Amino acid sequence: MKDDRILLAHGSGGAVSHSLISDFFLKVFTDPTLKRLDDSAVLELGSDRVAFTTDSYVVKPLFFPGGDIGRLAVCGTVNDLAMSGAEPKFISVGFVIEEGLEVSELEKILKSMAEACEEAGVPVVTGDTKVVDRGSADQIFINTAGVGYIKDDIDISGSNVKDGDAILLSGSIGDHGIAVMSKREGLAFGTPVISDCAPLNGMVKAVLDSGAEVHALRDPTRGGLASTLNEFAEQSGVAITIDESKVPISEGVLGACEMLGLDPYQVANEGKLVAAVAGKDADRALEAIRANKYGKDAQIIGTAKQTDRPKVFVSTAIGTTRILDMLSGEQLPRIC
Amino acid sequence: MVRFLSEYRDKDLAQGILKRIEKISKKPANFMEVCGTHTVAISKNGIRHALPENVQLISGPGCPVCVTANVDIDKMLAVLSLPDVIVTTFGDMMKVPGSYSSLSKERAKGADVRVVYSTLDAIEIAKNNPEKKVVFFGVGFETTTPTIAESIIEAKEKNIKNYSILGAHKVVPPAMKALLDLGEVDLHGFLCPGHVSMVIGSKPYEFIARDYHIPCVIAGFEPLDILESIYMLIKQVEDGRSEVEVQYKRAVKPDGNPVAVGVMNQVFEPADADWRGIGVIPGSGLKIRDEYADFDAARLFPDIEVPPTREHKGCRCGDVLRGLIFPYECALFGKVCTPTEPVGPCMVSSEGSCAAYYRYDERVKA
Amino acid sequence: MCLSVPGKVVEKKGLAADVDVGGTIRKISLKFVPEAKVGEYVLVHTGFAMQIVDEEEANEMMKLLKELTDGPVS
Repeated sequence: MKDDRILLAHGSGGAVSHSLISDFFLKVFTDPTLKRLDDSAVLELGSDRVAFTTDSYVVKPLFFPGGDIGRLAVCGTVNDLAMSGAEPKFISVGFVIEEGLEVSELEKILKSMAEACEEAGVPVVTGDTKVVDRGSADQIFINTAGVGYIKDDIDISGSNVKDGDAILLSGSIGDHGIAVMSKREGLAFGTPVISDCAPLNGMVKAVLDSGAEVHALRDPTRGGLASTLNEFAEQSGVAITIDESKVPISEGVLGACEMLGLDPYQVANEGKLVAAVAGKDADRALEAIRANKYGKDAQIIGTAKQTDRPKVFVSTAIGTTRILDMLSGEQLPRIC
Repeated sequence: MVRFLSEYRDKDLAQGILKRIEKISKKPANFMEVCGTHTVAISKNGIRHALPENVQLISGPGCPVCVTANVDIDKMLAVLSLPDVIVTTFGDMMKVPGSYSSLSKERAKGADVRVVYSTLDAIEIAKNNPEKKVVFFGVGFETTTPTIAESIIEAKEKNIKNYSILGAHKVVPPAMKALLDLGEVDLHGFLCPGHVSMVIGSKPYEFIARDYHIPCVIAGFEPLDILESIYMLIKQVEDGRSEVEVQYKRAVKPDGNPVAVGVMNQVFEPADADWRGIGVIPGSGLKIRDEYADFDAARLFPDIEVPPTREHKGCRCGDVLRGLIFPYECALFGKVCTPTEPVGPCMVSSEGSCAAYYRYDERVKA
Repeated sequence: MCLSVPGKVVEKKGLAADVDVGGTIRKISLKFVPEAKVGEYVLVHTGFAMQIVDEEEANEMMKLLKELTDGPVS
């Protein structure tokens, strides 16, 4: 990493963020579990396996169509735990609040968090609050951390994608990023684009309970679907090919992306899941996802193949092939 | 279905055109596109590698960000050293490296640099910050220049005194002529820029067909537009014709948009311009007329200190822009120079050839 | 940089218009195409409508393409 100062790009979740992590954080924090860079750390505690994760939320604006920073903070951490195949059990929350924030806004955020916790079945069991002087934080920043319990027979990781796996996507991409952007930029939609922010532990449980052989799960947040697929490819040493015509994208997202020059594949999602499952179980897993209220538009979007040159390919709408690169640089700052 | 977008992505029609191309194309066909948006569209739709071997698409100096010379970027960065300045720019100039730094890096150090979607937003910023000097970095071809001209006219009408443009505007046809005169690349046709032509029409390209006997097709940007345009170019090559044809008829009229051209000419007049990789091309740029001197940052701030320009060692953006080499033929491509750690603008610009190849095509020739 | 996207003129107030680009409504200047009518499609670039989309030409193009690609590749 050549920069001597932190750039906005370092927080976007794409290739530049990765270079910050690999060139700095991983050189100092050398634990092998951290090195796996999965959404949650999978740890042994006695004879049990536990998933442990943390995330900070700096989204601007605080309230956007379909959600707010509070709902994001709960769902984000619940989902990170679920993506490791864990049953989310408890979360903590830390607030950094700027002096002057209206109490009514804080109340709205807390109420939203409580609702999300209720829906996910995961309580806040501990927390911390700091208040900083005006100008030292933008209204409110939230950190959540979570622990979950992983059953013995679960082995889910971004490095587990196997030759012949089917790649499933639980629904339309780009909704969250565009919903936030639309509020931020004051864009008006004919049919509003709504953030998909949602807890996915129910969906994950359904897929695991279906008996399908699940190898990898991830929610495509910052950096979008492109980053997630590239992470799978690189961590597992596979080439993933997806069919562009199978990837659901709403008209509103397509139109906004055309207008703003954004690539929907690189826009953040907060209520979607990407799964790599054994080819033979693809339909079973798809059915389980579609039965969940957040997975109605799920599709099998591609396949994985063993390779020594990990990459992601797109079979385009016009029947040609191109590669799908990871997001590099800052496309949408402060999207989650 | 998004109207006027989705229908141009039809798989059957696309495959049908590709089959027809394969059927009729016998002669060597090196076609150059001179629009960055075309370069990206071609790569993003996998068209480059779907064509027969004898058809080569070569990217030219079509990205206005990439062809902006280091000295112009350095001048814009030098403006930041003035007191009470807000620099406004389109997003794509943020990360482009000059000799020493970029707007993005300067913003990280605390400089007031703001990305705007439209020059009208920049005027708003000027109105809302009367104690600051708002300078807009004017980069672009004829698609964009009328909008910049309009912002100057509106600023004058609304008596906004703190808005100015640091201009590096360029026009495309003289650059096409310069490339042909250089004679470095064996070209059999041009894919002409659809949206530049939407403004200037089809007549400015006639000299290419008439004097250089090179076929020209003015192309739209959707996959079917590009495929149909390539088919039309191949047909000209096979028939031995050299004409200027318009494929993008739904947007390009022979006279373009005279209102937009009129606004552009009201504010700007021809000048020489420095193109990265090519050098100074006479009459290929635009400068602000004396009547609007109050909005010309170059005249308002004549004494800013600009450090000596330097080019990055090993960077072959110039050769890529002239169509001399494919991006992957640059020794730095994909190894030292990547979108995350770019050396030159072709890799960093959202419409740069190197970025398009890196993002969508195979990293090496298949 | 030459990104111009098609949008439908939904409402017109003098030289300013509300244009629907694939579901997003944006305020766009009609300075360069003052004759644009509500219901027509325009090509939008950095906040300005640059040209009116000629629907007849658009239909003609699709017709020609279908003719070109129909039938056997003899």
